Amino acid sequence: MIAVVPHPHDIGVDPAAPLVDLPGHSSRGRLERVLRRGEFAVTAELSPPDSANVEEVEERARNFEGWVDGINATDGSGAHCHMSSVAVCAILTRIGYSPVMQISCRDYNRIAIQGNVLGAAALGVGNVLCLTGDGVQCGDHPEAKPVFDLDAISLLSVIRAMRDEARFLSGRRLTTAPRVFLGAAENPFAPPYDFRVVRLKKKIDAGAQFVQTQYCFDLKMLRTFMMKARDMGLDERCFILVGVGPLASAKAARWMRASVPGVHIPDAVIARLEGAADQRAEGKRICIEMIQALREEPGVAGVHVMAYRQEQKVAEIVHESGVLRGRAPWRRDFIPKMQPVESLEG
Amino acid sequence: MRTWAVRHSALMERLYNRFETAIARAAPMLARIGFGRLERPVAALESGVKGFLFDCRMCGDCVLSKTGMSCPMNCPKGLRNGPCGGVRANGNCEVYPDMRCVWALACEGSLGMREGGAIAEILPPLNHALKGSSAWVRLAREKAARP
Repeated sequence: MIAVVPHPHDIGVDPAAPLVDLPGHSSRGRLERVLRRGEFAVTAELSPPDSANVEEVEERARNFEGWVDGINATDGSGAHCHMSSVAVCAILTRIGYSPVMQISCRDYNRIAIQGNVLGAAALGVGNVLCLTGDGVQCGDHPEAKPVFDLDAISLLSVIRAMRDEARFLSGRRLTTAPRVFLGAAENPFAPPYDFRVVRLKKKIDAGAQFVQTQYCFDLKMLRTFMMKARDMGLDERCFILVGVGPLASAKAARWMRASVPGVHIPDAVIARLEGAADQRAEGKRICIEMIQALREEPGVAGVHVMAYRQEQKVAEIVHESGVLRGRAPWRRDFIPKMQPVESLEG
Repeated sequence: MRTWAVRHSALMERLYNRFETAIARAAPMLARIGFGRLERPVAALESGVKGFLFDCRMCGDCVLSKTGMSCPMNCPKGLRNGPCGGVRANGNCEVYPDMRCVWALACEGSLGMREGGAIAEILPPLNHALKGSSAWVRLAREKAARP
């Protein structure tokens, strides 16, 4: 059994109840606390099930328990239909997890989005990630009407005004503002490369307090991006979490590169996978090395692990990378009356 | 033509600035004719001219001067604040693989422009109620209201 000491600020009386207010914090969620304390944060991506079963959500989240500071619930990722992110987040808050609700501009207009943000905050969701969203053409309903009423940047400014000025975009007053920590996505690995850091600044100016990037398989490219971001002081104004993930095989990497919008995988990485006797193990090793390198990169505040169809590997990856350096993210047995999940026993 | 306009963004910017001054001067006269009466013929003319030059979609809230003379409404996601994360490695659109990304063009266009830095301004959500209306008449209306 590993000796772990939870930070007192991260533990409430009841796992599902919001934590005590801390000065200078926008949310009452755990992710913001961890980042503001200067800890290296780890978040992971949960793919919502194609199911109406609550247990399937809980099962997927259990893979991450005790290893991550936030769980992203994707919102129709890759323009495929799944359980809604607001519902997944609500299920997660009931247990005590700290969900990050992703909102894609593809599927809702400003009326639906603002209503969803209020509902999510009322259900205890403390983090919102504002995304443009993949185009409908890459999903399972290419005939759907793409909405894109707002873009990620105007969405950030709309939610920030809801939180800080307690009003809708129309100006109508809210009786209680949503207390949310605002996030955005960034892709340092897609053209126009020079503009990417300007776009990050725009997102921060519009309200982004943290960003989670697209998969990083190219450390050199990320370093160029981070250097520019540091020159502009952006790492001081926003927590930058870099996206990572294990590649299952060279074939899977090739497929991802060709089919998932915005994913850049250098040939050298694919060649390394191809040359390995056990490609899956090599994919995991590449991911762990990347996490360790990012831990040392100035201005990087954490990593966001996206292990599509390898969710059960996230705990191993985080553990073997050693990035937490003995720190223990929340798990249910931190609350005296709760039983630990099986994977953490003994 | 759309890419031509972006390549000549500096020229377009000068033309636009001159045009804006002309509209501002003519605003009181246009007000006498009546903006309501002008709306339809001007919108038709504007749609023709800007449609030819920029593939204008008549959003009614023209921001070409802030987007490197690349009309953002040609982006299949209608993004008005910068590119999405799906731009292909060759600089083409995620949705239409054979089309140059509107924002990759916008960035190139902005480099040549005197006020190209305006690309970093945050634009508010688009007012969809303006779709199809003339941005020129709107500009004249504003100039007439506060000359």
